[in-house]
Amino acid sequence: MSAALDEPRLLDAGEAALVVEFGSTVDPAISDRVLALDDALGADPPEGLRERVPTYRSLMLHYDPLVLDRGTLAERVRTLAAGATARAASPTLWTLPCCYDAAHGEDVAQVAEQSGLSPETVVSSHAATTFRVYMYGFAPGFAYLGGLPKPLAVPRRASPRPPHPRNAIMIGGGLAAVATVPMPTGWYVIGATPARLYAPERDPSFFVGAGDLIRFEPVDAAAFDALTAREAAGEPVARRGEAR
Amino acid sequence: MPALVIDAAGPGITLQDGGRHGYLRYGITAAGPMDPLMHAAANRAASNALDATAVEISTGGVTVSAQDGAVGLALLAPGFRVALDGVLLPDTVALTLEPGQTLVVRAGDAGAWGYLAVAGRLDVAPVLGSAATHTRSGLGGLDGRGLAAGDRLPVAEGRTPDGPPQRLVAPWLIRDGREIRVVLGPQDDYFAPDQIAAFLAGPWTVSPRGDRMACFVDGTPLKHAKGHDIVSDGVAMGAIQIPGNGLPIILMADRQSTGGYPKIATVIGPDLGRLAQVRGGARLSFRRVSVAEAVAARRAERDLLREAIPREPVVRTDFASDFLLGLNLVGGVTDGRA
Repeated sequence: MSAALDEPRLLDAGEAALVVEFGSTVDPAISDRVLALDDALGADPPEGLRERVPTYRSLMLHYDPLVLDRGTLAERVRTLAAGATARAASPTLWTLPCCYDAAHGEDVAQVAEQSGLSPETVVSSHAATTFRVYMYGFAPGFAYLGGLPKPLAVPRRASPRPPHPRNAIMIGGGLAAVATVPMPTGWYVIGATPARLYAPERDPSFFVGAGDLIRFEPVDAAAFDALTAREAAGEPVARRGEAR
Repeated sequence: MPALVIDAAGPGITLQDGGRHGYLRYGITAAGPMDPLMHAAANRAASNALDATAVEISTGGVTVSAQDGAVGLALLAPGFRVALDGVLLPDTVALTLEPGQTLVVRAGDAGAWGYLAVAGRLDVAPVLGSAATHTRSGLGGLDGRGLAAGDRLPVAEGRTPDGPPQRLVAPWLIRDGREIRVVLGPQDDYFAPDQIAAFLAGPWTVSPRGDRMACFVDGTPLKHAKGHDIVSDGVAMGAIQIPGNGLPIILMADRQSTGGYPKIATVIGPDLGRLAQVRGGARLSFRRVSVAEAVAARRAERDLLREAIPREPVVRTDFASDFLLGLNLVGGVTDGRA
């Protein structure tokens, strides 16, 4: 525990960004400290702080150095990091419908082959897991999720597959992801959700934050299509709280 | 409402404002100009807000005209070749484009990016608060894509000063790209001191395969002291990551918000444009500066933009070369308005 409470390292990423690094591994305790500092700075942001980017193990702060002096920001960060070691609010749990049928879970068979599990077990163990959103990155609305059961920890592909469909549910390299915008990927697509984590025209454009929890509720292809239509009509299909 | 019309556009011509800020935490790239200083200066010359939407011109070149009224323009494209109805103009110029006239901007001997600002406001619907185009994710600009022939950009609150084109005098936009200043880190501790020295000294040759996302350089590969995989963390514009092959990749405006390679150093803000303007084949090295020095350089750049950009008459006009006319994008030599 004491290791996790060490002072963070402050690393310059040029003269307009500061990386506050709490550790070098994927670890919920480190992530908690990142998010606690993120919350504390967000509650009372110093003038000149432009963006806060939480990642697994660090918080990147983009700032305008002509408004906010590096020394002032660093002192503020050290004080807040010492005081904010846990998040004030408990995380929100989201339930996202997910269709694992072959039409959407294009790569379930490949994961089964790689892991030695049956396709049914790949799906059931994914659907039985509560995931933690560690961060967004890579592409708009690409959420990195931790908590993947060890038997599903297949390595990422050696070379990328063609672009995944919209709102893909993916696994790879010991992590899971929800990937909103189609991109070529080295991950495996095991399902799709009708929920859109990111919709630029919606207010808010994003509703799931780093630190939130996600569960996936299996639905068949017909339900997937119906929910997709509801989502398109502006009715959110992700639900707060446990699956029904 | 008058409009700026794109008559022809090479690849890589996009609308850019000061960038889409506030959404990096959701994986949304800021985009924005490759050369922030020149973009801001073009807006300054057009009497706009410094972060207003302007056309970013790549070496692909662009041809524009005015429709339903005249359009006031400020063009900053040092090293490019510029012609109005077949008559050469300076590569930094302010003018009022009348309907029927054609302005051609083509790659020249130097320069990779130019900026065309309208006097007034390009009426483009913002996405997540910004018109900046990020083609990779299809966000901003016109439908998230580069500009193409036939695109019409309405100009709101346009201003069209009378008189001939005037040269914009901003010699400080010509910057030497042979030495790029960096702040070491955030992962310089992944490299032994001799590798950091080798990184700084180079020389590195800029690869022609760079784009808005990244600038690639070739040279003697660097060695990692602690492997080339890190747990992903945030990425600033100008971050210099060293992937497994040891060759630096400098992440530019369209970079991803996070990344998993060690970043040996970060190009300072004032040198982002200096680097962006370097074309493939050129050589460069890096020079380490402190954060305080980088901030001082940033302050000096801001002060440059506080003053109006001086103008002077265009003293000499030539007909455009065969190179420009040969592209068949200019309707022919007309009245030589300049």
